[in-house]
Amino acid sequence: MSIPRFWREIRQRYKGIGVECGNCGRVFFPPRSICPDCRRESLGKMNEREIVGKGKVITYTEVHEPMPDFRMQAPYTMVMVEMDEGVRMTGQLVDFEPEKVGYGMEVEAVLRKLGEESPSGIIYYGYKFRPCP
Amino acid sequence: MKTKTKVGIRGYGGYVPGFRITPREIGAVWGKDGEMMGAALGIRGKSVPAPDEDVVTISTRAARWALERSGLNGDRIGAIYVGSESHPYAVKPTSTMVGAAIGATPHMTAADYEFACKAGTAAIQTCMGLVASGMIENGIAIGADTSQGAPGDALEYSASAGGAAFVIGGERLLAEIKYTTSMTTDTPDFWRREGQTYPSHGGRFTGQPAYFKHVMGCTSKMMDELGMEPSDFAHAVFHQPNGKFPMNAAKKLGFSREQMETGLLVTRIGNTYSGAVPLGLAAILDIAEPGDNILVTSYGSGAGSDGFYIEASKNIVKVREDGVPSIQEVLRDERHIGYAEYAKYRDKIRKGG
Ligand SMILES: [Zn+2]
Repeated sequence: MSIPRFWREIRQRYKGIGVECGNCGRVFFPPRSICPDCRRESLGKMNEREIVGKGKVITYTEVHEPMPDFRMQAPYTMVMVEMDEGVRMTGQLVDFEPEKVGYGMEVEAVLRKLGEESPSGIIYYGYKFRPCP
Repeated sequence: MKTKTKVGIRGYGGYVPGFRITPREIGAVWGKDGEMMGAALGIRGKSVPAPDEDVVTISTRAARWALERSGLNGDRIGAIYVGSESHPYAVKPTSTMVGAAIGATPHMTAADYEFACKAGTAAIQTCMGLVASGMIENGIAIGADTSQGAPGDALEYSASAGGAAFVIGGERLLAEIKYTTSMTTDTPDFWRREGQTYPSHGGRFTGQPAYFKHVMGCTSKMMDELGMEPSDFAHAVFHQPNGKFPMNAAKKLGFSREQMETGLLVTRIGNTYSGAVPLGLAAILDIAEPGDNILVTSYGSGAGSDGFYIEASKNIVKVREDGVPSIQEVLRDERHIGYAEYAKYRDKIRKGG
């Protein structure tokens, strides 16, 4: 990941900033500039919306062959989460007991390290999911 | 030191990573009786951060909870100070990343603090001054660390991870900070040179001329200035590098076990350095009754102590139903690990590639 790209996406990665269609109320993450349902009606009405960070697991998968940044954590679990706002977000599941992972599990988004460029490079942070306390 | 206008804690939150390792596990690797070591230190286990946790992530979690309890949005925060001796970057502030993550940027001032284990309480004092002077309405002060002892060193049994955040403001206070006193000297008890991974310490020199002189000196001076006695306080929390130092200082000063027990978390989670006193104070705020007086004294090597006299207000009870977990609830998330996993997580084994 390049530094400029990471920097541009900081708000969406740290805070889960998406957009809400001012016409129909549908929430999108990652943000998009036009609502696919309302099209022209949504122009100039796509307002910033913070995804509060709670939701339920709809799918999950265990990854055994990690990408380099995740090698210390392999095997790890990726989840797709239906957020309370109605959008779907994908991320790593952390701080869980393996036997308790399942569909419908309630999770919250937390800020974690996603990786780093190198030992002397930039550290990338972003959201992951963990079971609600 | 007394502020001219009322200041205090408007919200607070504390977080401790869930992994735990026992002194027994650590000792076994080095051919030492870890259980005896743990008993001598008064430590039954210590917290270990996951490989994707650091001072930024710990501070952010604590700050989000503190903000939630305060009922404020991030854009109402005028300053963020993060005190730590394990900031992830040598140059690039933790406070800006925390500010972005809680939505406080860009209209705020920020800086990272370092003063061994008392950088978090120095951050509280800074926010008090900015709020009381009217320069800002609210600020956030954080103390957090992911500290490490060199493998095999005595510090390895205690150095742990955690942190707490406080929204400091002038209105809707959960607890008023009525007074603060500091004591500062040049004392070479503990240090880490730039570029070194692990700290060095002056062995026995860390006790009497360092910890006890400052913690007891600062606490006594503050009580003298206030005309108060240990019995005037419902709770007290002192910096806790191990389970023994704060209890010995308390005993000599005239505080009882009952006054100390709520804020004494070191026995379960180890020494969270800059997080220690902030977490202890957060645990006290979780159970304090309106009108309770709380005494807080931090300690940072090098060396200095910040003392605070805090009084819980009637609002303290209301925030307990807001869904933010208490420190005791946070500590319930415990997952025990062995030394191999611990070494892997703490990067003690440098993996190639
Ligand atoms: Zn629409």
